[in-house]
Amino acid sequence: MPDWKPELRRRLTPLRLSAAREKEIVDELVDDLDDRYRELQAQGVSSAEAERAARAALDTNEVLTRAFGQTERAADPEPTVPGGGGLFTAGTLWQDVKYGFRTLRRTWGVTAVAIITLALGIGANSAIFALLSAVTLRSLPVADPHSLAEVRINERRNATGQFTGLRPQLTYALWEQIQAQQTSFTGMFAWSNRMLNLTTGGQARYVRNLFVSGDLFPVLGITPAAGRLLGPADDRRDCQTAGLVLSYPFWLREFAGDPGAVGRTLRVEGHAFEIVGVTARSFFGVDVGRGFDIALPLCADRIVGGDQAVLPKPDGWWLAAIGRLKPGVSIDQATTQLKGISDGIFKATLPAKYTPEDANTYLGYKLAAFEAASGVSSLRTRYSSPLWILLAITGLVLVIACANLANLLLARASARAREMAVRLALGASRRRLVRQLLVESLLLSTCGAIAGVAVAQAASRSLVALLDAGRNAIFVDLQPDWRVLAFTAALGVFTCLLFGLAPALRATAIAPGTVMKATGRGLTADRGRFGAGRILVVTQVALSLVLVVGALLFVRTFRNLTTLNPGFQPVGMLATSVDMTPMNLDPSRRPEMHRRILERVSAVPGVDRAAEAAIVPISGNGWNERILGTDSKPLGISNVNQVSAGFFRTIGTTILSGRDFTDQDTTSSPKVALVNETFVREILKGASPIGRTFAIEPPAGDPIVPIQIIGLVKDTKYRTMREDPEPCLFISQGQEKRPEAYTNVLVRSSLPPSSLVAAITRAVGEVDPSLIVDSVAVNTTIAQTLVLERLMAMLAGFFGGLAGLLAVIGLYGILSYMVARRRSEIGIRMALGADRRIVIRLVVREAMTLLVIGLVIGAGLAAAAARSARSLLFGLEPGDPATMIGAIVGLAVVAVLAAYWPARRAARLNPVMALREE
Amino acid sequence: MRYTRRILDRELKKGSAELLILSLVETRARHGYDIAKLIERRSGGTVRFNIPSLYPLLYRLEKRGWIQGRWIERPNERRRRCYRLTPAGRRVLAEQRSGWQAFVAAINRIVGAERA
Repeated sequence: MPDWKPELRRRLTPLRLSAAREKEIVDELVDDLDDRYRELQAQGVSSAEAERAARAALDTNEVLTRAFGQTERAADPEPTVPGGGGLFTAGTLWQDVKYGFRTLRRTWGVTAVAIITLALGIGANSAIFALLSAVTLRSLPVADPHSLAEVRINERRNATGQFTGLRPQLTYALWEQIQAQQTSFTGMFAWSNRMLNLTTGGQARYVRNLFVSGDLFPVLGITPAAGRLLGPADDRRDCQTAGLVLSYPFWLREFAGDPGAVGRTLRVEGHAFEIVGVTARSFFGVDVGRGFDIALPLCADRIVGGDQAVLPKPDGWWLAAIGRLKPGVSIDQATTQLKGISDGIFKATLPAKYTPEDANTYLGYKLAAFEAASGVSSLRTRYSSPLWILLAITGLVLVIACANLANLLLARASARAREMAVRLALGASRRRLVRQLLVESLLLSTCGAIAGVAVAQAASRSLVALLDAGRNAIFVDLQPDWRVLAFTAALGVFTCLLFGLAPALRATAIAPGTVMKATGRGLTADRGRFGAGRILVVTQVALSLVLVVGALLFVRTFRNLTTLNPGFQPVGMLATSVDMTPMNLDPSRRPEMHRRILERVSAVPGVDRAAEAAIVPISGNGWNERILGTDSKPLGISNVNQVSAGFFRTIGTTILSGRDFTDQDTTSSPKVALVNETFVREILKGASPIGRTFAIEPPAGDPIVPIQIIGLVKDTKYRTMREDPEPCLFISQGQEKRPEAYTNVLVRSSLPPSSLVAAITRAVGEVDPSLIVDSVAVNTTIAQTLVLERLMAMLAGFFGGLAGLLAVIGLYGILSYMVARRRSEIGIRMALGADRRIVIRLVVREAMTLLVIGLVIGAGLAAAAARSARSLLFGLEPGDPATMIGAIVGLAVVAVLAAYWPARRAARLNPVMALREE
Repeated sequence: MRYTRRILDRELKKGSAELLILSLVETRARHGYDIAKLIERRSGGTVRFNIPSLYPLLYRLEKRGWIQGRWIERPNERRRRCYRLTPAGRRVLAEQRSGWQAFVAAINRIVGAERA
């Protein structure tokens, strides 16, 4: 047998094939040539002749090489026939991307709509998630946040004393003991928030102050941006002076970032403090959502507070404490250690003035450690639940929008059916086509997600601005962190699959022959597409009903709260706080000052009525006491307010029986009080109040002073609008021998309250220029407490409306498609004499079917979903029938309108034209 | 005369080459020389495939997934590369066959009509 291999190899060498491929071809051709040679020999041809003939089958050099070259070199399939190959080959993937871009650009209108829809949907979701992440998920921007733990009393109940600041967990005495006796932490610090005034008379200017213990900055590892930060040396118990630290934003705002600010003086509450430094830019404190402006050591409380300082009070609760766990010590181990020292600590710090009952409660407290990696946050408790609900809402809107997009892409897929069929017939694998379509969807999603990031930034800023309730300014770091970006990217992929996969699978599932044959009367070829479209619309209707119900619930809650009667007249009322501390008056001389201030303010032109009160209604402040009966037995706990005569008329509440305070009620006459209806119901157990006596439980060792009830007033809201009626008693300002150096003057006027602010400030200044004044309209404070409800109503309302609109658009789309698809059927019917009405009924029946199924499913979902939002509602139950019915009716009406146009179009069909098109 | 025949030959061969190969591996797997021999024999020598024409075509059809080549080893026989029809190829064969038959019938009608 001749050796064919050398010659074969020679001819194949120019092709530069891989060794394996060349061997394979050579082996096969050798077999062929051997067969030819053997057959020729069997026919009797000589060996030489047989060899020559066999070689002739190879033809000439160039032909063989060229012929094989054409086949072997075709590594890339032709661009118009993407077929074969694996799913993830890099070269072909880039081809798909380029092809996808071209396709999307051709239908730029649809593409633009899709990208805008995705950008808004993804952006809204990311914005809310960014807020959630900042408030609940992020760790503090400090060194090693996960070793931080908060130390506080475990499940503290019925604590007694004075509570100041945002997180009054510990007293100063407790703090000192904990610091001395703890063994689980390498370092600990305590802090408290308080608004302090920078002016020295007249209109107050409050800034957010952070009282910090000496170890706060070292333990957290905060570095100064300028100067130095407070340290243990600054926080000595009885400091006479103190250094002051500015926050970075405050430094920029007030001192324009001037390094020369360090060393200057700042007057706080009338006292001078030297600015020693500025904190790092990223530090906002440990309370997520609240920033601060200045920081002072704890001991400065004595300086600014004077005789009203909280620090020396054994029952003054104002501090929160956090410590850094020692390496290897877990939170549970720390809790065990703290529990062990609790008994001794509480015994040592028991306030002398506690009654036996309060003392008992106090001695039973146990300290514990709690996780604090993401700081502590009053914001978190308040906003966590609503934010999750908002995220669910925007998530549903995104799903509805994706359903619309899916329908859009399904329609486009049907239009490209021929293109797909031709490709499949020419040998393209289905996997490759699906991949192509998915790449197009992914391109849309990616553009949408990128645009969404920008939308999210803008949206989350607006959201924070909406939540910003004036005095309680919210500070949230909205720089996008990896969590938010990952969330946005995940949404991009998720939406791509959601609206891209089904159309891609459907578009490539057609038998090529079927589509290529006829234009398709549509009875069989598109049935699948219609079914999928219907499911999408039903889903949309169901989900949008959920959102519309939610919107109505929140809007009604807000309306209930704003139209709620608080028991008094907030409109036209101004509350002015007056601080006498700078005057350093002896407490016995304060009653005279109170009287003069009230007199002066009452005389201001435009003021109809004025009165004093220790607590301004619905201001967030409160005061309660334990009430004792005539036999000194406790009757319960009641809210308390100390007011001047004329208070009830000023705030516009009715005295139901008895009388108001008069000038006859002095410091030497028997103590009197008015009570509200709930007090009578709960404390007096319904007994007639007028003339009855009771007493307020005094501190241990003080005498019990009987108080006689002289009047009954209507219930009023005390602290918040949402509260249930609570007992409240009103004692007389005029009977107080040693009143506080602080009072609120409530003013009623028929003029807008804000117009009186300047005049009142001046008037108070005339009494004494060092008095600190701050005015706010009562209506404004009430509105500020409803910020969250307003936000939920606005956003839920907006998204509910949007969802309804999207669902109706989807319904319109599917009905239009149905009419277009069944043109010939309708044409035939009309040609056979069907009434226009029958045709309209056809369309309407389809619409109603989809609508009813969607509404039924949606109603079930809405009922379940509403239950999860129960705590946010007010004045109505989650399953409120009126809301449910209203939402169903509203959606149904709009849907019927959406069905109207396709129905009209169907009825207007010219049967001849419809049939001819086939 | 000879020149025209060669051109006709080549054009016809180009158009029907795939059809020929697919049909020959429809019922059983065959190796390359087998296919070439069958074509030559059944066409009475009219259609002939030499190596540069046959094997590149086989490899193209294989790449498209219409035929599948495998090295088959049978007892007492050399290892040969045999090709058989795939399901996709079966579909393509059916379409090409019907297309070809329609074409041939049409040509026959035109050409035959003159005679009648």
